[in-house]
Amino acid sequence: MIPAAFEYKRAGSAEEAINLIGQFGDEAKFLAGGHSLIPLMKLRLAQPTMLVDIGRVKDLSYIKDAGDHIAIGALTRHMDVEKSPVLSQHVPLLAHAAGYVGDAQVRHRGTIGGSIAHADPAGDIPATTLALGATYVVQGPKGRREIAAKDFYKGFLESALAADEMLVEIKVPKMNGAGWSFQKFNRRAVDWAIVGVAAWRNNGDSGVALVNMGSTPVLASAVSSALAKGASVADAAAHAADDAEPQADLNASVEYRTHLAKVLVRRALEQASK
Amino acid sequence: MSITQERTNSIIGTRMLRREDPALLTGEAKFTNDLVIPGALHLAVLRSPYAHARIKSINVSDALAMPGVVAVYTGKDLRDAWAAPMPCAWPVTPDMKNPAHFPLALDKVCYVGDGVVAVLANSETESRDALDAIDVAYEPLQAITDLEVALSDKTIIHEDLGTNKSYTWNLKVEATEGAVDEAFKNAAFSVSERYIQQRLIPMAMEPRAVVAVPQPFGGDITLYSATQVPHILKVMTAITLGIPEHQLRVVAPSVGGGFGSKLDVYAEELLCVALSRKHGAPVRWVEERSENTQATIHGRGQIQNIELAADKDGKLTAVRVRLIGDMGAYLQLVTPGVPLLGAFLYAGVYDLPVAYDFSCTSVFTTMTPTDAYRGAGRPEATYAIEVAMDALARKMNIDPYELRKRNYIKKEQFPYTAFSGLTYDSGDHLAAAEKAMGHADYAAVRKKQATQNVAGARKRLGIGMTSYFEMCGLAPSRVLASLNYGAGGWESATVRVLPTSKVQVVTGTSPHGQGHETSWAMIAAEKLGVAPEDVDVLHSDTAIAPLGLDTYGSRSLAVGGVAIAGACDKVIDKARLIAAHQLECAAEDLEFAQGTFSVKGSPDKAVPLAAIAFAAFTAHNLPDGVEPNLEAQYTHDPKNFSWPFGAHICIVEIDTETGKVDVLKYIAVDDCGIQINPLIVEGQVHGGVVQGLAQALYEEAVYDTDGNLKTTNLAEYLVPAACDVPPITTDFTVTPSPTNQLGVKGVGEAGTIGAASTVMNAVIDALSGLGVTKLDMPASPNNVWKAIQAAQGGK
Repeated sequence: MIPAAFEYKRAGSAEEAINLIGQFGDEAKFLAGGHSLIPLMKLRLAQPTMLVDIGRVKDLSYIKDAGDHIAIGALTRHMDVEKSPVLSQHVPLLAHAAGYVGDAQVRHRGTIGGSIAHADPAGDIPATTLALGATYVVQGPKGRREIAAKDFYKGFLESALAADEMLVEIKVPKMNGAGWSFQKFNRRAVDWAIVGVAAWRNNGDSGVALVNMGSTPVLASAVSSALAKGASVADAAAHAADDAEPQADLNASVEYRTHLAKVLVRRALEQASK
Repeated sequence: MSITQERTNSIIGTRMLRREDPALLTGEAKFTNDLVIPGALHLAVLRSPYAHARIKSINVSDALAMPGVVAVYTGKDLRDAWAAPMPCAWPVTPDMKNPAHFPLALDKVCYVGDGVVAVLANSETESRDALDAIDVAYEPLQAITDLEVALSDKTIIHEDLGTNKSYTWNLKVEATEGAVDEAFKNAAFSVSERYIQQRLIPMAMEPRAVVAVPQPFGGDITLYSATQVPHILKVMTAITLGIPEHQLRVVAPSVGGGFGSKLDVYAEELLCVALSRKHGAPVRWVEERSENTQATIHGRGQIQNIELAADKDGKLTAVRVRLIGDMGAYLQLVTPGVPLLGAFLYAGVYDLPVAYDFSCTSVFTTMTPTDAYRGAGRPEATYAIEVAMDALARKMNIDPYELRKRNYIKKEQFPYTAFSGLTYDSGDHLAAAEKAMGHADYAAVRKKQATQNVAGARKRLGIGMTSYFEMCGLAPSRVLASLNYGAGGWESATVRVLPTSKVQVVTGTSPHGQGHETSWAMIAAEKLGVAPEDVDVLHSDTAIAPLGLDTYGSRSLAVGGVAIAGACDKVIDKARLIAAHQLECAAEDLEFAQGTFSVKGSPDKAVPLAAIAFAAFTAHNLPDGVEPNLEAQYTHDPKNFSWPFGAHICIVEIDTETGKVDVLKYIAVDDCGIQINPLIVEGQVHGGVVQGLAQALYEEAVYDTDGNLKTTNLAEYLVPAACDVPPITTDFTVTPSPTNQLGVKGVGEAGTIGAASTVMNAVIDALSGLGVTKLDMPASPNNVWKAIQAAQGGK
């Protein structure tokens, strides 16, 4: 459990961090809460030669009401997302889902931005923000740009972030009283989901995203389309895996995972429709 | 002495807090890797990435050139360092095949994790970095992960043996020849079942760690190791390395759990000692967690075929068992003996006629060696008979508890001579089961189940039980001889009353989480009439406790604790002679109670043990023929195994859509005889139940067909955490052991022995209405769902 040798620099601001990453190129990595990167480094599956620690960039930890959406700083800890009164009021699905990330220790260290930038399809936060139609604000040497969550996830642990860009803010639309549900199915409480579902429903509108049902978080568009056309919850849920390409692993075969997605989407929609 | 007097005769049986815990819980306790050893070199081991391969060449020159690297050794470089191959102490049959096994592989690697190259460097980091610079060319060979394929000998792992079969061991006992076949021919009911005991990874919280410290002059060497068995390790290291035994001292500092995985002699212990002698410098090694999943032994790994024959009332008439045991790539310390420890228990707690046919064939595979893991053979046996009993009850369409009641050995039959010739010294299975049934409210659960488990029910209820016997307290030395075990089963204790009347207890047991210091102090305090806090317990250092056979097999209390009581008796006997001399009376006129000798009928003529201890120390006025000092050593060789027993019940609810099993309630009623400290007993039951439940629902060491272990970390190997564990109700019956003076039995493995079959019987009970009557462990959601799908014809 000893990582390969690496250099370490601590950035005081987003600008400094981006500057440092730019200097060191592809071999450099941002270090936020460290709960995804450090285990990979200890197993020597990741061997960055430079870590730029952004953990102390204080001005990126916030949760603000910005009118039609809530703006969340990328370095906001999961625990702060979970406990946020603003999010509980306006985006209860995200606050609730944050409470399912790892265990209490992980939630006190891990950050919302780290979870999204890591782009792990088994993460709870990427799929949840995807279901909510979030927008990610990223900053690079040339300034800021916005990427819609649905355009962000490119492949397994791959995102639309350029090597010299840093995720700085997550904009999540207010849910305006929509019904919602977060279903996380796993064997032990602290595990990644075997399959997870984040869903909301408001009259004809809905958003459904799947955790761990492919190489990226999956937006279950077919389910929302069916609902928009007036399908019943059960009929819509039958389309749960239409947009997914699930893989087999130690906990689930492809068939089982596909079945679980349908069951959990149905349960999520039942709950969100109440 | 007033405090002592109030406590007399009330220490045993009290819920004293463990004296070990403050240091453990505050991080003050020192584990092997906490030891600060100036100038130590760090060992790292390059391990095989192949399950089975020939080593074509090894190039270490780049590694040698790396900063901080002191030396790099291949298996061939060190071949002359070993006076003998690594030890297997249990040659179960005269013709058992045992491949030569050295700390580093010579020509071939036989599992992923097999040691290939050793690096010594000035720091842990440098030793680890150097591994990446070593270039080994392998010629991959066929991996063998299937026991039945291994038996076919199509690919032979150890070519010089000519076969993958290690041994076949039989235990056929018949009242008259052919009795078993006859019973099956005449059976009104019979079942034939096949169960898989999946491989398990013991996963002690502390991985292994070793430090070998040579003395600069004279060649003495101290080996610190995270081991359960410092005494056995000392003997075996001396033999394997050709070191005079008296020059070797083994110390087990605080040890963070073992569950059998530290009951072994490992390559890294031998490497550290050999290399520290070679370099004249301390050598240390600490295991990484992922390394631990491959380089430390695994447990279980059996295919079990069990057949039960019964008469029209369900009374068992014969049991036939065929096992295939997975030895892994090599035989470790007691690998081949593990199935034998269960061989006597496949009739469970039932009154079986002398019609028993057991045979075990064990094979080599290209996986991590297996060895003893909590329960060692006995959970496997209990699982097979108890799950098969439920199958028999289903076949007869009677309640599984009713079937058990018809078969229990009855209370009045004890001491009971079993078909095997072993004597079960005491027991009351019905009483334990009735108590468990009361906690479960069995009739009410059955009633609820009838309402709930209707066709189409999303959630189905199940209830399962196990009645078990544990054969533990290893062990009568003569019985071990009959099993070809390479050591005795005794345990030694020294009790010493110091001049100021404080007491030292020296034990040969070697705790690694069990709370021996607390329990042993309680025993000595009770016997000697002193306060427990005035008793110190010394252990786990062969220089302090030269004689011992260590801790495993639920033996420490039933053998080692009883030895302490015996040593206390000898101390009291000696003190009585001195007291009689001082009080000028005959020794037999004295009674000893509450720490004081007094003349029978004249309680004012008395002398406390404290005064005698001081008199023994000064030796100014001792009776003729009595040696100075108040100290005695006693070695206890048990007359019989100890026979704890109990009844466990589990209630589950299964989501038929997802296959997820929720354990609603778990009830463990155990009987370990007299309890020294009920708090510790309950803790042992809780931990044991969780480990058995983990086998039933969570844990499995998964290999792919190329022999790669897929579960090499705690995200993939699912040890349940506290929040995944259901409420556990513990209760007890107390049937004192008649074969030792404390009336104690063992309890360390009891929970594990009872739990896996209890949970699986509940799971199958919930699903049998859907047609699922067979399910391999672990009952993961995927496996349960698949079984339901299969039983429902894919509907």
